[in-house]
Amino acid sequence: MDVFYQQLINGLSLGGIYALIALGYTMVYGIIELINFAHGDVYTLGTFFSLAILTGLGVSGEVHGLALVGVVLVTMLAAMLLCGITGVLIERLAYRRLRNAPRLAPLITAIGMSFILENVMQLWKGPSPISFPAVIPNPSFQAGGVEIAAKQILVIVLAIVMMVALQLFIRNTKMGKAMRATAQDRDAAQLMGININTTIAMTFLIGSALAGAAGFVSGVYYGTTWFFNGFEAGLKAFTAAVLGGIGNVAGAMLGGFLIGLVEAFATQYIPQGAQWTNVVVFSVLVLVLVFRPSGLLGEAVPEKV
Amino acid sequence: MSFFKLTNVRKTFGGLVAVNDLSFAIEAGSIVAMIGPNGAGKSTVFNLITGIYSPSSGAIDLEGRTLRSLSTDRVTARGIARTFQNIRLFAFMSALDNVMTGCHAQMRASLVDSLLHTPRQRAEERTVRERARELLKFVGLEGDADNYARNLSYGHQRRLEIARALATDPKLLLLDEPAAGMNPREKEGLIALIRRIRDKGVTVFLIEHDMHLVMNLSERVTVLDHGEKIAEGTPEAVRNDERVIEAYLGRADGAA
Amino acid sequence: MNPAVRRSLRFVPLLLLPLVPLVDHNNSHIDFLANAGAFILLALGLNIVVGFAGLLDLGYAAFFAIGSYSYAMLASQQFGIHVPFWVMLFAASGIAAIFGILLGAPTLRLRGDYLAIVTLGFGEIVPQTFLNLSQYTNGPNGINSLDSPSLFGHRFGFSATPYFYVMLGLIVIGVLLASNLQNSRLGRAWMAIREDELAARHMGINTTAAKLSAFALGASFSGLAGVAYAAKLDLVSPDQFQFNVSVLVLSMLVLGGMGNIPGVIVGSFALSFINSFLLPQSTNLVHSIGLTWIDFTDYRFMLYGVILVAMMLFRPEGLIPSRQRRAELREALTDPGISAQEQTEYQGAAR
Ligand SMILES: Nc1ncnc2c1ncn2[C@@H]1O[C@H](COP(=O)(O)OP(=O)(O)O)[C@@H](O)[C@H]1O
Ligand SMILES: [Mg+2]
Repeated sequence: MDVFYQQLINGLSLGGIYALIALGYTMVYGIIELINFAHGDVYTLGTFFSLAILTGLGVSGEVHGLALVGVVLVTMLAAMLLCGITGVLIERLAYRRLRNAPRLAPLITAIGMSFILENVMQLWKGPSPISFPAVIPNPSFQAGGVEIAAKQILVIVLAIVMMVALQLFIRNTKMGKAMRATAQDRDAAQLMGININTTIAMTFLIGSALAGAAGFVSGVYYGTTWFFNGFEAGLKAFTAAVLGGIGNVAGAMLGGFLIGLVEAFATQYIPQGAQWTNVVVFSVLVLVLVFRPSGLLGEAVPEKV
Repeated sequence: MSFFKLTNVRKTFGGLVAVNDLSFAIEAGSIVAMIGPNGAGKSTVFNLITGIYSPSSGAIDLEGRTLRSLSTDRVTARGIARTFQNIRLFAFMSALDNVMTGCHAQMRASLVDSLLHTPRQRAEERTVRERARELLKFVGLEGDADNYARNLSYGHQRRLEIARALATDPKLLLLDEPAAGMNPREKEGLIALIRRIRDKGVTVFLIEHDMHLVMNLSERVTVLDHGEKIAEGTPEAVRNDERVIEAYLGRADGAA
Repeated sequence: MNPAVRRSLRFVPLLLLPLVPLVDHNNSHIDFLANAGAFILLALGLNIVVGFAGLLDLGYAAFFAIGSYSYAMLASQQFGIHVPFWVMLFAASGIAAIFGILLGAPTLRLRGDYLAIVTLGFGEIVPQTFLNLSQYTNGPNGINSLDSPSLFGHRFGFSATPYFYVMLGLIVIGVLLASNLQNSRLGRAWMAIREDELAARHMGINTTAAKLSAFALGASFSGLAGVAYAAKLDLVSPDQFQFNVSVLVLSMLVLGGMGNIPGVIVGSFALSFINSFLLPQSTNLVHSIGLTWIDFTDYRFMLYGVILVAMMLFRPEGLIPSRQRRAELREALTDPGISAQEQTEYQGAAR
């Protein structure tokens, strides 16, 4: 039973990272119906930016007390900002021109962007995994026979805080309302005086910033990163977004945690599970898309003819 | 037994009742019309017939056999073809290819025929191309065979949609606002065309806002408002029906 | 001129190709051409799926893997089974087609972008499975010492020349079949589906069946290429079939011109040439003048990425486009007449 709870905690922490990435997929898909394939790589960029900032700050190991709070906040916010800007640039340079093109054109472009980003990161830090300083000291808390590390708490709490903040933003601010309006009906939103370009850019800014945050925590969590990180993590996060109901913020969160749990339990309970986790996750993706493409929290909308 | 019959058909979208308990029948070889204000549920009726939507309840029968749970392509194979309110041609295919595509269900070429271009396949292609040319001529588009559908004028696009629908060899042809966007001269041509179609033995069921066209062509008119049938009968009877006048005059968005 | 004749004329340069090994005795050149041939086959097959039917398949390498592994398992010492190469060409394209149907049947109702992701997932699952089932596949080491094909008792051995002719033959057949398909009832149905799926259904086209046949046919080309490529390489291993292979083949189509057979062949050959010749040779060149820290082969993914992005933005119809694709993609770029809204409405309506 302890093993079960241990995997539950592990799954939730993994899931926190997927959830943060999934938010970006879901927001962008919600507003321009694009699977932003490069999003996973923006997340990897988040780990790379964080690493560069930590190096700049001279941090190479554990930090304690107030300094820890400072380092975490500065690094994460800076990574979020840089990723946010990257996301906005990608939208501006690669996607905007294709907004009215057949749907597959921007998707192909996004795959291209993904390859470009991966190659840039490969040239930046080389093709092998690189280590990421374990900034957060490792006090673990015992509850029953289950061990919870501080960094796990950080991941889970951060994911939940970010989602709540995002929900509040979307519900209550003018920009949030503009995003919802644009997602519903772009032409109508435009007629209502909403600046579509700004709204879409803002969506990329926020989504990519969340990927930046995910990048930072995943660096801390795994203690390693490499240029190809975002491919798998991105696919899993996209699966999470679809599972939750694409376009739905709470759904992305739910999906993220569920995928994290699926992965953790598959590793534990399937013989040689670690080898098969990807197969299991992608099978989940296929099954969800086939049987409930609107996801757990999304609603099926019949299309008008 | 009627040729075509709707019985207590109902369709809801979430809370919205788009079509409510609708029943009527169509005689073979006739031209009938359905009118009603925008949003009355007319196009939805067509979508229910062609299997794009399935009815929440009720039955739709063609020649005594139900169309229930048939996919759209099977409905077409049964002999129902349509045009669309918002033209949906294959924009970047030539007019001829559009019509040849309509012949799909009558063609027998198998995968192997298509791969190998067997003599049988080539003969069939020739026949179908010939038939498509005839249909283009029938609707008056013989000069446009090689043009992309997208480059045709609006009125010609509407005619091409009709030719493409006829290529499926329908018994019942559904026309959704065929005169929309046409000038008076084009409308006269359309009236003549629809008569010629009926004279070939195809039953025509059309949705139209243009009263001149409806009154001129149709033998019976069904009036829909808020998804309900509020009147039915000959054009004259319907024109003088109190509820119809009210439905149209009570609204700003009435007949165009 | 008769369009069929004109179409055939475009392929005349192909007639000169059989002479190449007689003129050029450099085995590495012939080897390169044979490899490039396998990728042309792949591109021809993917073109049926993406170019003709408009379905984005991002897991195409999976079928390549299935073809290769079929040969490796059924024509080697691995299980002591030795099915002849020529039989395996047929068998593997059939096996790949079956997998295409198994993948497509449940998923082809999905909207285009979801389908793309599902195929991507499949593309990840397949090599991973070959990797994990190590008791049958030797896991990461792969299977080697495959049977060398033979013709009229003459074994191919390690020379690239026989493979060159095999690839050439397969490409000629592939081109004929693909262009036949394009100009047939099925090809028209694919085109119609690509343009407006809902309207296509109203033409009596069973869109699921039509898409499924595109998937199966595309997969069978890939299976065929897999057998020939595995036999030539004398080896299969799971890392030959990663996502980047699927993207490479997609880049070939995008570069050359989706939907246009000559374009696809040129695009495919050009990218193979850049990959196998231009990048390594220019690296050697700069190394020879002392710039040893430069390695152009490190920029491969960048190259695919830039091709995909730049082509989609500036020349979406490809370098050698089909007339139709050009109009389709160009006008959508410049003309808001077809709105994204309408485009999405074209995708199947919910029942
Ligand atoms: N797929 C759909 N989802 C939700 N509502 C729909 C859908 N299709 C039609 N409706 C609604 O049903 C009503 C009838 O529409 P329609 O049949 O198009 O009217 P008409 O053709 O008479 O103008 C309208 O209120 C419309 O908004
Ligand atoms: Mg209507």
